[in-house]
Amino acid sequence: MKKERDVVMAVPEPILRMTGIGKQFPGVKALDGVDFRLLPGEVHALMGENGAGKSTLIKVLTGVHPVDTGTIDLDGVPVAFTGPLEAQRAGISTVYQEVNLCTNLSVAENIFIGREPRKRGRIDWKRMRARAAELLARLDLDLDVSAPLEAYSLAVRQMVAIARAVDIEARVLILDEPTSSLDAGEVAQLFKVMRTLKGEGIAILFVSHFLDQIYEIADRMTILRNGRRVGEYLVSELSQVELVGKMIGQELKELERLHGEAKRFDAPLVEARELGRPGAIEPFTLTIHEGEVVGLAGLLGSGRTEVARLLFGADHAGGGEIAVGGTPAALRTPRAAMGHGIAFCSEDRKADGLVPDLTVRENIILALQATRGWTRPVPREQQDALVGKYIKALKISPPHPEHLVRNLSGGNQQKVLLARWLILEPRLLILDEPTRGIDVGAKAEIQRLVVELSDGGMAVLFISAELEEVLRLSHKVGVLRDRRLVAQLPNDEELTTEVLMETIASGGRP
Amino acid sequence: MRRLLWPLVILAALLAVNVLFTPGFFSIQVREGHLYGSLIDILRFGAPLILVALGMTLVIATGGIDLSVGSVVAISGALACLQISQDAGVFTAVVLALGLSVALGVWNGFLVANAGIQPIIATLILMVAGRGLAQLITDGQIITVNDPAFKLIGGGYLLTVPFGILLVLAVLAVTAFLTRRLALGMLIEAVGGNAEASRLAGIRARGIIVMVYAFAALCAGVAGLMISSNVSSADGNNAGLWIELDAILAVVIGGTSLAGGRFSLAGTVLGALIIQTLTTTIYSIGVPPETTLLFKALVVTVVCLLQSAAFREKVFKRRARTAGAQEVAA
Ligand SMILES: Nc1ncnc2c1ncn2[C@@H]1O[C@H](COP(=O)(O)OP(=O)(O)OP(=O)(O)O)[C@@H](O)[C@H]1O
Ligand SMILES: [Mg+2]
Repeated sequence: MKKERDVVMAVPEPILRMTGIGKQFPGVKALDGVDFRLLPGEVHALMGENGAGKSTLIKVLTGVHPVDTGTIDLDGVPVAFTGPLEAQRAGISTVYQEVNLCTNLSVAENIFIGREPRKRGRIDWKRMRARAAELLARLDLDLDVSAPLEAYSLAVRQMVAIARAVDIEARVLILDEPTSSLDAGEVAQLFKVMRTLKGEGIAILFVSHFLDQIYEIADRMTILRNGRRVGEYLVSELSQVELVGKMIGQELKELERLHGEAKRFDAPLVEARELGRPGAIEPFTLTIHEGEVVGLAGLLGSGRTEVARLLFGADHAGGGEIAVGGTPAALRTPRAAMGHGIAFCSEDRKADGLVPDLTVRENIILALQATRGWTRPVPREQQDALVGKYIKALKISPPHPEHLVRNLSGGNQQKVLLARWLILEPRLLILDEPTRGIDVGAKAEIQRLVVELSDGGMAVLFISAELEEVLRLSHKVGVLRDRRLVAQLPNDEELTTEVLMETIASGGRP
Repeated sequence: MRRLLWPLVILAALLAVNVLFTPGFFSIQVREGHLYGSLIDILRFGAPLILVALGMTLVIATGGIDLSVGSVVAISGALACLQISQDAGVFTAVVLALGLSVALGVWNGFLVANAGIQPIIATLILMVAGRGLAQLITDGQIITVNDPAFKLIGGGYLLTVPFGILLVLAVLAVTAFLTRRLALGMLIEAVGGNAEASRLAGIRARGIIVMVYAFAALCAGVAGLMISSNVSSADGNNAGLWIELDAILAVVIGGTSLAGGRFSLAGTVLGALIIQTLTTTIYSIGVPPETTLLFKALVVTVVCLLQSAAFREKVFKRRARTAGAQEVAA
């Protein structure tokens, strides 16, 4: 720790310097005179609320968007990239927030796309697969590299994108929320790789809404608020509380125990008996009561999402049965599940959630409209009221219902998806990584909302890679390992993140 | 609204060219209680294309495409004329022809939505087989009919306005109502914009897909009635030949992406009018017959380039950059 600090103290010449960057989108000033510098051999965190302008700064740097005002210098030389490829050639390797991979191509192809190893002009498939496996091993990932990427979860895709980026010979590595769907284990591996790269003098720009990660890996940070730079600080100089204050412009009310007195649950809402799907999740039995929050914990690929999808009818169950409110129910399609009052907010907002070309309003009312069918449109006044309410409750920014969802920042998109399911007022709300990419302030709001809803009688199935979050919200925690529900633990004083991690590691066996 | 800007500009430019060559181009007169004029002709002869393009718009918005509409045009006209020539009565003939069209559309939709066949292939089947079916109906002959009631559909007038134009307006109004006043449009755009997300949002994507193909076929069926009524005969070989391509073009010119998602009915109508005006222009400015196809292709290319945001950005960006560079140099 001390040693790192010394390195930082002797400030070398920055590799990258952005001065007075301004960027205006129709109706939104995304960046306003932002200065930013990146030093060699440092991990520099870019901090800010959802919509503060972090991704936009990265996109204007790498030429995705042209800048309106300001200059960018790389090694003291002014540059203006026309696109990510050009930036990459100049030594800037980027993982964008919305991971852009070709899911129909294999893992190896995705890693080497555009720079395939060649032998006598032809693609050297063997070497490509070997190199890909090697790279993934560095991230402690063991995948079938010739399988199409679509066979893997969002978290794996994120890791593949990272593997691709860290392999490119670069002097600047940019990671925009690379850890948003990763578990502690993958994060640790990623950090190990980042430390190695940093030791080689590579400058790393890192964006994350997980403050603990920032304090673990970053040396320095720049804080943005509403498109303006608040300041640049050494991580060691600024406490978490101060950081949050600077990010959101006010104090964050800390929430510790959200649930008051212990509740008793005696009205089972959804009962799954020996429900399973070969290859995805082994048969499990799970009861969710009215007003109960059931958390699911487990590692990447342990089957959390698969449980959710079966309960929502998104996948066909291979066996077992479900009862809703005591009567057997056939949940063959999402529509059928919705008919029973079940809602599912999926983890991959891009692939399974939003329709990017529709507006915020249309995306929010989509599920409600679907339940009514096309012949009975939701009256416009009702739409406006509902949408307005949730734009306010979730602080969706910019607060314009008619903006296209594709133009929203990642975190705000996530809020739109959440709003879609909240307006349905379901009996069981399944939340798969609902706070993915959401800033600390909004995250607290959402957690508070979950508690409120469950107090009002709604059952919630809550999935998150963040064990603290699961613990804070759940009355009961189901632990998954290797596609099996291995334990169901009541959330009492004895249950801590350590106990949870042990259970995950041991697979529930004492 | 901004999306309609370029189609409007192009249509205006084409009309302006026509005025240069045909001074009386804009004049509209009432003769024997009928509206007459070049503009009326464009609308009248463009009516079948507008109809087919409207149906095509919804199909394309779901991310699909329908190549079979030309064949459906032929089938519908053939069946109607056959029935009339066998003294079945115009009403029965029309109902049968449109019924068969819808059935064919449902078949297309079934192949796409339930059998999961790529739309281009699924509708290619009917595109090819449909011509055969049309010839089967007409027995390989051109059936001519002489029925004043049938003649009304494509060649008649109602309250001085050509009946075809009124029919188009009616279909347009109904389509706009279903899609924009009711929620059909949004659900179609959702399915085309992100099919899996729509499924998980509880939308009956299959039902919607079958519906749009059926609707496209219905539009094509009406267009087929118009075309055969106008010439009082059914030609299984040539009726509606290549109309699917013009319709797709009209949709694209109108600003609806072939990738699916957002669609614009007004844009499609403009697109179809542009194509029809172009055809008129080719005659009025006297392009030699052997070069008409090339000429048309050229204009269409320019139109599509102007419609492409990427192309415009490139051109304008380059200009802005060189301008900027000159400033720096100065
Ligand atoms: N292509 C675009 N068109 C219009 N507005 C945009 C576009 N891209 C971003 N914006 C707007 O610019 C602002 C900054 O967005 P940006 O994506 O940079 O936020 P962010 O800090 O990365 O937030 P998050 O933490 O949610 O990822 C937001 O208000 C967003 O709506
Ligand atoms: Mg972002």
